[in-house]
Amino acid sequence: MRFMSAPSIGQFIPGESFIHGLDPRCKIVATVILMTGLFMASGIPDFLLWFCLLLLCSALSGIKLGVILRSGRPVLFLVLVTVVMNLLWTPGTELARLGPLRITREGVLLASSMGLRLLFLVIFAGMLMMTTSPMAFSDGLERIMSPLSLLRFPTSEMAMMMTIALRFIPTLFEETDRILKAQISRGADFESGGILRRARSFIPILVPLFVLVFQRAENLAVAMESRCYVPGARRSRMNPLKWRGRDSSALAGLALFVVFAIFCDRYLFKAILAWLAMR
Amino acid sequence: MPIVADNISYAYNVGTSAESVALRGVSFTVERGEWVSVVGHTGSGKSTLAQHLNLLLTPRSGSVSIDGAEAKPGSGESRVARRRVGLVFQYPETQFFAETVRAEIEFAPSNWGVSGGALKACVDEAVSASGLDPALLESNPFALSGGQRRRVAIASVIAMRPDYLVLDEPTAGLDAAGIRELIQFLSGVRDAGLGVVQVTHDLRSALSYSDRILVLENGSRVVSGTPEFVARHIIDNPVRGLVIPPVVRFADALRKKGMNVPLICEVDEMVRAIGIYKERNKKCGS
Repeated sequence: MRFMSAPSIGQFIPGESFIHGLDPRCKIVATVILMTGLFMASGIPDFLLWFCLLLLCSALSGIKLGVILRSGRPVLFLVLVTVVMNLLWTPGTELARLGPLRITREGVLLASSMGLRLLFLVIFAGMLMMTTSPMAFSDGLERIMSPLSLLRFPTSEMAMMMTIALRFIPTLFEETDRILKAQISRGADFESGGILRRARSFIPILVPLFVLVFQRAENLAVAMESRCYVPGARRSRMNPLKWRGRDSSALAGLALFVVFAIFCDRYLFKAILAWLAMR
Repeated sequence: MPIVADNISYAYNVGTSAESVALRGVSFTVERGEWVSVVGHTGSGKSTLAQHLNLLLTPRSGSVSIDGAEAKPGSGESRVARRRVGLVFQYPETQFFAETVRAEIEFAPSNWGVSGGALKACVDEAVSASGLDPALLESNPFALSGGQRRRVAIASVIAMRPDYLVLDEPTAGLDAAGIRELIQFLSGVRDAGLGVVQVTHDLRSALSYSDRILVLENGSRVVSGTPEFVARHIIDNPVRGLVIPPVVRFADALRKKGMNVPLICEVDEMVRAIGIYKERNKKCGS
């Protein structure tokens, strides 16, 4: 029987690779650039280019391509819905017809690029989380947001909250699994009965979970206070972030790639297609 | 009729980078009316074994049979198995959700359709078996002391009238008096004809009270047998993370000097044994 297991998606995979060693700020900015680029991508050939980038990332991070691609799994359903919707409801040149359903050439193109775009977005975000420890990630985010603190925006508190939230996701999964198993051992049945009965059957899971979360929060607060945590106080860092040359070059390389990809998508591929059509 | 786990293996997170083997071909038996302890260090696979006994986990290879019938996953059969094999998790008081102790204890039997007078009988029986004060039945389980909560948690499993009781680290977090009471309670449960499986890292309580012991390390069996046999084996071949109780070490040292004292006993028994020995020696000498 399968119960809750810690999500393998978006979890940090420790390593010593080039990408692991990049500054978290570099990786966050890189991800934003990538996402912008992806929104501009439209054709299948362009997504082939992006796939090449993914291969490069896999090589540079030492994470197997299969593991990277797996991070797209949670949105697979969403992608499927998007693809089907676009496939069926895009007007244009008809390719096939099944009763009231029409599939058009434009629909196929739109559906495939929408689906691929969504997948790539999630996979690149997953790539960021797989190669950046939660601590480094929130550190980087705090530094990126630091200009906002001039406007009295509580950046360090936000970063601390995020660190804590990220830290507790696997713990909560473990606890839920344990409580679930314990209640199943006491005969709890989550599979039979109507909606109301099923909803009620989750009370024995949710109540203990809430109690536990509050206890954990209380313990954490006490532990933080006993180590003199003061919200908003200036703190020095044990491992200050260092922006190195390779961070700049990685970012520059990536920006170049995105510009190249957009250029290809807008002009080069169209020109090649046109040239092929002329022949 | 026993629970028999035959040569079972299990691994967590199969097919991911975090795959870890928890059990490697372990065999295990517990009869009704018998107290078996599964002893091991953290990560030895003892909790994983416990969860196989009521089919929360199904082995990757090997089989588990309960009273002669092989237990297979599938909602009907595994539910039957779960009723016959009561599993008490570590820190079971963290599963409380009801507003009264009574509702908490009623949860398990009512999940199997027990209601009305029969349900009340189940609760009363469980309360008296676990030594819980019946006056607490209407109070809030979250307001009880640690020892009382543990009793409520165990009573809530006993209430479904299982044939076997499997407890994962039942003494964790209890004080000395609480541990003594729990051990007494478990002896009573065993004497009432239930099979008791105690999963623990505490070799001392396992040696003193169980009928048989299985020692696990890294998911494999190290040794199994009577407490005497297991103690002998561990004295000769130390297992990482398992501490031989001082009184057993003392007894072992005395025996090596040629004194005939039992290897496993409590301190007062040991004092008595030494007294008898000395007296006998005096008589022989005079």
